[in-house]
Amino acid sequence: MPLFEALNVTKRFATQTALDGVSISVPEQSIYGLLGPNGAGKTTLIRIINQITAPDSGTVMLNGRPIRPEDIYKIGYLPEERGLYKKMKVGEQALYLAQLKGLSRTEAMRRLKYWFKKLEITDWWGKKVEELSKGMQQKVQFATTVLHEPQLLIFDEPFTGFDPINVKLIKDEILFLREKGATIIFATHNMGSVEELCDNITLINKAKTILEGRVDTIRQEWAGNEFDIVFDGEVTPSGNAHFSVIRSQFEKGRSTVRIKAADTHDTNEIIRSMTAAGTVIAFNPALPSMNDIFIRVVETKNSEAAKN
Amino acid sequence: MNKTSLIIQREYVTRVRKKSFIIMTLLTPFLIALIFVVPALVMSNEDKDFKKIAVIEDGSDLFKGVIPDTKDAEFEYLTNTSLSDIKTTFSEKGYYGVLYISDLVANVPNAVQLISKKQPPIGLLDHISNSLEKEIERQKLLGYNIANLDEILKSINSNVEVQTIKIDEAGESKQTSTGIAMGLAYISGFLMYMLVFMFGSQVMRGVIEEKTSRIVEVIISSVKPVQLMLGKIIGIALVGLTQFAIWILLTLAIVTVVQSKILPEKTMEQVQQLPQSLGQAEPTAAGAEAGTAVTSQMTQIQSLFASAMNQRWGLIIFAFVFYFITGYLLYASLFAAIGSAVDNETETQQFMLPVTIPIILGLIVAMGTMQNPESSISFWFSIIPLTSPIVMVARIPFDVPAWEIALSMSLMLVTIVVCIWMAAKIYRTGILMYGKKTSYKEIWKWLTYKG
Repeated sequence: MPLFEALNVTKRFATQTALDGVSISVPEQSIYGLLGPNGAGKTTLIRIINQITAPDSGTVMLNGRPIRPEDIYKIGYLPEERGLYKKMKVGEQALYLAQLKGLSRTEAMRRLKYWFKKLEITDWWGKKVEELSKGMQQKVQFATTVLHEPQLLIFDEPFTGFDPINVKLIKDEILFLREKGATIIFATHNMGSVEELCDNITLINKAKTILEGRVDTIRQEWAGNEFDIVFDGEVTPSGNAHFSVIRSQFEKGRSTVRIKAADTHDTNEIIRSMTAAGTVIAFNPALPSMNDIFIRVVETKNSEAAKN
Repeated sequence: MNKTSLIIQREYVTRVRKKSFIIMTLLTPFLIALIFVVPALVMSNEDKDFKKIAVIEDGSDLFKGVIPDTKDAEFEYLTNTSLSDIKTTFSEKGYYGVLYISDLVANVPNAVQLISKKQPPIGLLDHISNSLEKEIERQKLLGYNIANLDEILKSINSNVEVQTIKIDEAGESKQTSTGIAMGLAYISGFLMYMLVFMFGSQVMRGVIEEKTSRIVEVIISSVKPVQLMLGKIIGIALVGLTQFAIWILLTLAIVTVVQSKILPEKTMEQVQQLPQSLGQAEPTAAGAEAGTAVTSQMTQIQSLFASAMNQRWGLIIFAFVFYFITGYLLYASLFAAIGSAVDNETETQQFMLPVTIPIILGLIVAMGTMQNPESSISFWFSIIPLTSPIVMVARIPFDVPAWEIALSMSLMLVTIVVCIWMAAKIYRTGILMYGKKTSYKEIWKWLTYKG
């Protein structure tokens, strides 16, 4: 049973439609990527899940029944536009936000100590938020989001503003939270992290779903007849009837070549051409990156829309 | 714990702990107390050393014993001494100064000189000139040979106080004082204006702060926007009440402490002197003067007190509290709506104007109300909700008919409900809108969004 479902959700504002019959289904204990260009309707969908706004039509289900006001305690939300009270001390502020999420003061205190230690921010407890760097503030905010151990976590661009070390730290925490049983909706433009973290994705463009499914399945489906070959030394194979060269790159004594095979091709024939051209170190089918898929799907849809 | 009370608590605690709040709250009473205390200090600080003054009269001895001694000064009448004998040596002989009365004193105003090494206190100079004037007048009157002059003088010593007696419809008369009513009207009207402006705009700034720091989205994923808005409004109201309570208590405390150190001896002495001077069978001219001055002061205070007691205090206090709370709620919710509709404080101008105009209009009408509380402008402005908190409070000390108060209050209550409802709708949409400049048309759309 999916933990969370949005069924046919539509939301219109005065001049535009933000969501047009969008459905998503988030399996329990998975990480679900919510992708889409700017202005596609992701934030509106997230606000509907958080019951900040109500949909014009459609249903939102949590644990198999329509979402209720008290379900906000089961949801943790890290918005893209993050902020804290600048003049308030870090610890007090975290306590306040935790209490708003329904934790008692003592319980909030106990859990905050644990998370502050884990995220290495204990020293900042008594500091004012305005004294903290942006990355530090993000960590504080991350802690307050997960503190009440919600069933469903929504992270909107959680990695912006972090250095690579802290990106890794937060990634590990997200995976750890999933291990512990949380279900996570993850909205981002960072396709690298989608490949790394997400089990499933939905791609929304112009208020509509244009792609959804398991990440590995999607990548397999979108894999064309492309291969990556690595040669020792500088080698540039020339194309023939079986394949054409897309790009070739020489770096640190090795050449990496991406080729596109012809529609009817013989892989052995291609491998023979490659071994003839130079010393082959690796030969792999090329899975398209989520980035490529994202761009291709969105551009195709937009040009279709332009034609109509 | 209830979410709204958590929000109220945060709004209250963070504001009350601010350095600027603590400094303002503690410093202001000292400034107010200074206004009360400084004049008293200056008065009490005058030279209190005992002074012996030599009196020398040129040619005659008309003024011998005319200037009575006071607790600070003794007047020694020297005969057979000329001014030049003592002019340079008086301080060696133990005198504070020399009072020289020339023989022209009856006709030339500046024929009296006090020669001293220090600047003599004004009280002493007044005492001398009053005594001499009295004596000169008496002697001039004596020249007309009027029989029973002393009795006549005593009987013409008069004092007039105007008391206003207001007659109500039942024909009962009450002693009132327009002074008290005007003072009350002025103070309460002005206080309302200040409170609404100071704390209403704090609400607005608070909303803008939450919006620009983007924390609002986190919070409204935990509580309803209307809870956040009301929590802020109530929290800031409590901050205001705290500040006022501290101001009043501290000011009173400071004034009493300072006055008890300086003033009591003086006032106590005056009170003690009072029966003496009144009881004297044949008071000297100066004594009688002092006595009547004190009694006239007393009657003034008594009549002020009496008319203050005649005010309907219960009603006045109830009305002030009612209009303070409702007026604050009304304006604070408008300010909250404005704060939610803009991205920063500079953009508030276009929306501030329509909110500011009624407040200022109310204050102007309230000032006019004190001159003429029954005018039709005062009537209408005290009924219409946006101005009624200020104008009605200013009108109430002047006996407003009960139905007018009831009408004004019920209109106010209805307006508040409507206003908070509208503000909540604007607020709910406004706090999540960034970037584009908000117009009135846009706000109208927000009001009509459903759910």
